Amino acid sequence: MLSFIARRLGLLIPTFFGVTLLTFALIRLIPGDPVEVMMGERRVDPEMHAQAMERLGLNKPLYQQYFDYIGQLASGNLGESLRSRESVWNEFLTLFPATVELALAALLFAGTLGLIAGVVAALKRGTPLDHGVMSIALTGYSMPIFWWGLLLIMFFSVGLGWTPVSGRIDLLYDIPPVTGFMLIDTLLSDEPGAFVDALRHLILPAIVLGTIPLAVIARMTRSAMLEVLREDYIRTARAKGLSPTRVVFVHGLRNALIPVLTVFGLQVGTLLAGAVLTETIFSWPGIGKWLIEAIGARDYPVVQNGILLIACLVILVNFTVDILYGLANPRIRHQK
Amino acid sequence: MTTSTPLDQSLLYPSPLKEFWQAFAHNTGALGGLAFMILLVFCALFAPWVAPHDPSEQYRDFLLTPPVWLDGGQWQFLLGTDELGRDLLSRLIHGARLSLLIGLASVVLSLIPGILLGLVAGFFPRLLGPGIMRLMDIMLALPSLLLAVAIVAILGPGLINTIFAIAIVSLPSYVRLTRAAVMGELNRDYVTAAQLAGANLPRLMFVTVLPNCMAPLIVQATLSFSSAILDAAALGFLGLGVQPPTPEWGTMLASARDYIERAWWVVSLPGLAILLSVLAINLMGDGLRDALDPKLKNAQ
Repeated sequence: MLSFIARRLGLLIPTFFGVTLLTFALIRLIPGDPVEVMMGERRVDPEMHAQAMERLGLNKPLYQQYFDYIGQLASGNLGESLRSRESVWNEFLTLFPATVELALAALLFAGTLGLIAGVVAALKRGTPLDHGVMSIALTGYSMPIFWWGLLLIMFFSVGLGWTPVSGRIDLLYDIPPVTGFMLIDTLLSDEPGAFVDALRHLILPAIVLGTIPLAVIARMTRSAMLEVLREDYIRTARAKGLSPTRVVFVHGLRNALIPVLTVFGLQVGTLLAGAVLTETIFSWPGIGKWLIEAIGARDYPVVQNGILLIACLVILVNFTVDILYGLANPRIRHQK
Repeated sequence: MTTSTPLDQSLLYPSPLKEFWQAFAHNTGALGGLAFMILLVFCALFAPWVAPHDPSEQYRDFLLTPPVWLDGGQWQFLLGTDELGRDLLSRLIHGARLSLLIGLASVVLSLIPGILLGLVAGFFPRLLGPGIMRLMDIMLALPSLLLAVAIVAILGPGLINTIFAIAIVSLPSYVRLTRAAVMGELNRDYVTAAQLAGANLPRLMFVTVLPNCMAPLIVQATLSFSSAILDAAALGFLGLGVQPPTPEWGTMLASARDYIERAWWVVSLPGLAILLSVLAINLMGDGLRDALDPKLKNAQ
């Protein structure tokens, strides 16, 4: 097992350096003069121009610039935002919990509903119910989620007035950030009704972000269940007179869960990409909205290292999923 | 000995095309998807003649006119008009052009280098394979939409850059698929036979092995066509794709956001066009997968 982890770690390091190369190239591939682009004006005063080049280190040879960049990263310096003068790392840390909270809520929604839908469709294979569930799943899979979000806002927030249109919590409440997770922070504060308000803000974004994972999980659960239900041990379990519920959930679903769990891991990328769109629609103050706003404002340090941080996150999650999968399945572990 | 008895037609093996069509036509969803796609392609090709109005003509007296079946609807604007009085149906029809163009161009631009890189990686598993695969892993470390956003952030927004960004993003899946299929085929006897018969490397690559790897690639091309349309619309929605006033579906949605309380049609209809197109292609993709590659059936 240790050698398996070591092998995976060995693959991780070149990938990490490759990503740094990508984010390093990002700022240098901008067409035109980087200083002019960053300052947002043409014909900057030559002296200021030289100073800016010096400050950004753009006047050194390329390889030197790359080593400087890696050196900065190694010392934990991710640069500072051109707009707020805040360090990129601090901005990331304050906004990240919001995205995690949203993603976890979406995954909870997608996982519960997806497993139920998949199991039901597999058990009722070939019936109209199965076809209906699978058609809905394919529709969800094809959904442009930015439109889906607008539709839900139009119906539930504007039309019925059930949920707020945007943000994480009503401005009436003053919640001190303790954990960064609004649901926990509102519980810790003594403001009455704040928790419910935070929950109402969370529902629509979580549904929107969870839609595609929900469809993927439902499809995957169905096909994994169908596969498992054909196995001999299911017939044995039935033959021994176990109750159908026990056969389906204990013998069937538990074994069908292994492929489904990998899909869970793979959805992290989908969730982060979806977060960019979902957070933009609902003005959710997370890293997706942060990144898009930084691109709009040409805040290149944020764009560069924000992308680096997200990529590292995805790499780490995939690594963890790989290891967990290796733990669960010895065949993967011993593959060369 | 001459055979005089007529051949029993039913015993003949059906032609591959006919066999494929029978399997494909068995799937009603796939047929529905195909029908919708034919309609869409027709609209896209003949947009200037199909569309009732010019997509950028502003009818100042008819701002935000509702669709014809609602109160205040006008027969000349079947699906209503947008905030500048432009005919929505005409803009949607012209938008189909852009979406299909982006999808097609980005699939072609990633399929060809993807296959080449995959073949090279598969044929030289020690020399070039690891390097190519590492590069693809790096590209896969970023979620596709984010990578596309990053690329557009470098190149700047616009139609051509959107196509490039989406093509680059979908490259890794072709490389991985081709390599996996090539490595599976290389151990087969027919490849050894071709090698012994003196086939040179390009012939081995393109004539002997590649045609046997096409099934998963065709399925993947269909699926990445639909995700190209989705990603292009998402980029347009974020203001990083095709720029207004070009009638791109995602861009139309972005400018419709402000009218969410007053005019549901400017918000609903462009999204519905995206959803139906993507759904139609995915339905076709499912049908193609079942017809071309029974091994992949039920797989995600």
